[in-house]
Order: sequence, then structure tokens, then C-alpha cells
Amino acid sequence: MSTGHGIAVTSAGGSPSPRRAAVARAALVAGAAVLMAVVLTFLVLPIVALLTYQPVHDLIDGLRAQVTIDAIIVSLKTNAIAFAITVVLGTPFAYILARHQFRGRSVVITLVELPLVMPPAVAGLALLAAFGRLGLLGSELQVLGVDLAFTQAAVVLAILFVASPFYLRGAIAAFEALDGSVLDVAGTLGAGPVRRMLRVGIPLASGGLGAAAGASFARGMGEFGATILFAGSFQGVTQTLPLAVYSLFDANLDQAVAIGVLLLFVSAAILFASKLILRSWTTWTSPSSLRGVRSISAPR
Amino acid sequence: MRIVAGLERPRAGRVALGDEVWFDAARRIDWKPERRRVGYVPQDYGLFPHLSVAGNVRFAGRRPRPDLLERLGIAHLADARPAQLSGGERQRVALARALARDPHVLLLDEPFGALDAITRQRVRDELVDMLAVLRLPTLLVTHAFDDARALASRIGVLEDGRLSQLETPAELVAAPATVAVAALTGANVLGGTAIRRSDGAVIHLDGGGTLASAAPAAGPVRVAIYPWKIALTSPEMAQLTDRVLSVREDSGALVVRLQRCLVRAPVSAVADIALAEGALVGLRVAAADVHVLVA
Repeated sequence: MSTGHGIAVTSAGGSPSPRRAAVARAALVAGAAVLMAVVLTFLVLPIVALLTYQPVHDLIDGLRAQVTIDAIIVSLKTNAIAFAITVVLGTPFAYILARHQFRGRSVVITLVELPLVMPPAVAGLALLAAFGRLGLLGSELQVLGVDLAFTQAAVVLAILFVASPFYLRGAIAAFEALDGSVLDVAGTLGAGPVRRMLRVGIPLASGGLGAAAGASFARGMGEFGATILFAGSFQGVTQTLPLAVYSLFDANLDQAVAIGVLLLFVSAAILFASKLILRSWTTWTSPSSLRGVRSISAPR
Repeated sequence: MRIVAGLERPRAGRVALGDEVWFDAARRIDWKPERRRVGYVPQDYGLFPHLSVAGNVRFAGRRPRPDLLERLGIAHLADARPAQLSGGERQRVALARALARDPHVLLLDEPFGALDAITRQRVRDELVDMLAVLRLPTLLVTHAFDDARALASRIGVLEDGRLSQLETPAELVAAPATVAVAALTGANVLGGTAIRRSDGAVIHLDGGGTLASAAPAAGPVRVAIYPWKIALTSPEMAQLTDRVLSVREDSGALVVRLQRCLVRAPVSAVADIALAEGALVGLRVAAADVHVLVA
């Protein structure tokens, strides 16, 4: 009965013949394919161009240059420090913010998100205005004998300011998504707030935390604008990999491209790693998973 | 239940276990959940998905408890993750974990809510045995009177957040205090008008027919009558009559669904009464079995 009704409706609507329908479908598929090709080409072409810009041995020479090695060391050191500070302080901060209701909470979250949308150059200016020699805290820091401007500490601050909000925002979302009843149960089982966070909250949010950490680390490795304004670009001190790309751009394009390729692989590795973390995390919490099934069939 | 566990704070009232006052709004006492010694098993069991069965149980006592796993018959599942367990197994893990806390009171929130009908029956029987052995004060929340009757020594009926009756299961059935308690315990509830008499009351039912009640009553009332207290007779000698909708057999008794009520009678007692669909039958109820309710 329903099919008869359907036929009546389509014929009344003057539907195209089967052949025309097939043509229309083919056109749709072709259109979709063209759209995919255009978008993918646009996104992938520059990457391919970068990778094939010079022969591999030139690439390796570029990576062996002292300026590159210095930049790698500066980048790794400053990012490692900033990343550690972000995770160690940011995780409990995000947990508290996500799991507690208090007055002004949404204001705090907005403030955390502000550096995300702020242009990096403005972030650099703001850091100078706060911590620079003539800045807000400049004289206080000078009394303490601390001179931040154009030091590695300034690089760390710049990365922290620009990249940590990526972790904070992701971590807040991950903790907000937690099933509160499990944390409640942990409380009734005698776990205080710290143990609840360490043993239940963080492990259960680890997938989201890992993804957020990946995004934050990637942003930190690529940090440019705030660093060059606040810390300057001195080889072996404040010149991170992105800054080295910029300073070599005029002097030695081949070396700049080599560093570019290196950064590309770092980004790809971070992306891949965070996807891996997220996937393994969803498999071991989902009921459909059969991983690690051992003594399940009951010997009774 | 969440208030007893300390997970929710009421505006008024008092929670105490023995001499220990856990919450008192007037005296501003409010113990944190981790300080109250409760063995809380929430409806969805709240197992930690990232920990093994043994890890879940160890979380509560901070030490391995193979004895508890053994006692609850889940020792062979010690290394399994909660996601790999069946509903009944999960419940036993949650119970083992709650017991590892060495609780002074056990809180079971809808313990069978997440189970299918077959598992439910088995798990309930197991829980009856378990509670008998544990001898712990236990607070259990359920919507099913059968579950409450099987497990509880005393049943409190909550209506719109108010406790309307707190008694043993037998007392609850013997004298339901409200319409909701009567309906919950499986009684037929009928409306009518009572006229006081020296030996109780006569109730003229809204749909026709009269019943005698041993309890005095007057004015519009509701009466509760349990299906197994109604005798089926021929229409001529009945207090009220009704038409048969359906008849089915249930463990040696006939369950007769009538237009106005449900009757449960031994097969032998209704042998000579025609119970065809649509047939008119008579009903008789002893005055002592007619419970007059506050409407």
C-alpha cells in the first residue's frame, strides 16, 4: 500500500525518467569528486612543493647546519619547559574550573580563551608591556635582578601565554564531559578531592587531555609572533625553529626550507600521536572492546 | 540516598547512623562523603572503566581484597575491565567494592534497574542471600514492590518526596495507608460513598454494588481490596457484579481480569463458575478485607 502511494506521488510530481535520474546522480558524484580534488590539491600542493623543493642531501645538509641545531635545541628546551608548566599547573586548574560552580566562573573561562583569539604579535606586545624593562612589572623584576627581555625565559613565557590556553580549554572540556557519578562514587569510597582527581578524573579524561596537550604542544612549537617581539631572535638563545626559518629566509633559503620540512614532520607527528591517543582511549573504555579478554569465560 | 551518602545537601533535616550525626541542617553539621562510611552502589554501578575488577575493589580499601572477590564469585574476573562484564557481574563488582570500604551502612540505588528480567530474578535471589550473611543496615531504593518485599524487613513508601508509610511488608499489605501504597502493593482501588453503621460502614461503589467494611467511614472514600481476598460467586448471591475481560493461569491460581478489578483465586475455588470472556460474575469480599483509604 505504501509503495503504491509512493509511485502515485512521484509520477504526479513529474519525476525524471530512470535514465535522467542516473545522469543526475552521475553528475552529482562527479561534482563531489571535483570539489574534493580542488580542496585537497589546495591543501596538499604546498606541502608537496616544500618536500620536493630540494634534493634530500641538501635537505640533510640544511638540517646539519649549526644554526639549525641551535634552533632545535632552543625550541626543544623552551617548549619542554613551557609544556611541563602547562600540564602540571594547567591540569588541576582545568579540573577545578570544570568540576566546580562558583561566581565568576564563566569570566575566568573567557579570560583563559582570550589569548586563543588574540593576534600573536599583540600577545608579544602585551608581554613586553607586562614584563619588559619599561613594563608594568619591569621595575619590580629589576629590583629582584630579573631581566626577562630577550632571554630564553622570555621565549618560555611567550610560548606559555600563546599555547597553554589550547591545553586549558581542551582540558576543561574533557573534565566537564566526565560522568560525575563516577567521581561521586569515588568520594563515597573514601577518596578525598586530590585522590579523586588523580586516580579517577585524570585517567578518565586522559583521551581529551592528550588531544589538548597535542594541540598545545603543536601551537608552542610553531610560536612565532609573540616570541620575536618579546624575546627577539638570537641564535642559540632565543631563536626557535620558526624564528630560524624567518631569519634564514633572506640569507639561505635552502636552510630555511630544510627547517620548514623538519617542522612539518614535527606537526604531523603530533597530529598522528594525538589521534592515536584518542583512539586507544576510546577503545579501552567502550563496551564493544574485546581487547585484553582473558579469563572472561567463567570457570564455574 | 544521595543525601545519606553526602552527595547532595538538603535544606533541612538530619542524617545520623547510630550516635554519629552525619548531617544536621540546624547544627550546621555536614560530613564529606569520604568521611561517611557508606557502601554506595548507584543505579549504573559507577564502576571505574579504567581499572580492572581487582583495581576497582582495591580503590575502596587501598589494599587487595581477594577474599571479597572470592565471596562474591568474581575472583575469575579479577583482571577484566568493567566494559567486558555482564550486568549481573557488574553489580557484584560494585557490591564487592562497596564492601571493601568496610561500610557501616549499605546504600543500593535501584540495584536491578539496569538488568533484564531473567538476570534480575537471579541477581535478586543472590542479593537476598548476601544481605542475610552481611547483616549490615541496608537502604535500598526500588520502584518494584516485589523487589522490596523480597529484600526488605521494612518498606518505606515515598510519595512526592514524603514518606507516607514505613512498615514491614506484611503490615503494608494488611493495612495500606494511602491509595498509592495500595496500588503499589497490588490492590484494586475502587471509589464509593460510605455510610457509617454500628459495626463499621456500608460502601456504595461508584459503579454499582455495595461492600461492608469493618472500619468506620463516612462520605466519599476509596477502598483497597487485594485480588486474592475476593471470592468469585454466581451473580445472584454477590455484593457486586462485574464482567470478565480475560482469564489466565499463574502458578496454580487463576488471574481473572474484570472490568473494575483483578481477582486471583485458586483454580479449585472457581470450578463451578463460568468465566468466559464477557460473562457476568459475582464478587464477595469479607468486611475485614475492605480497606478504607484516605482519599
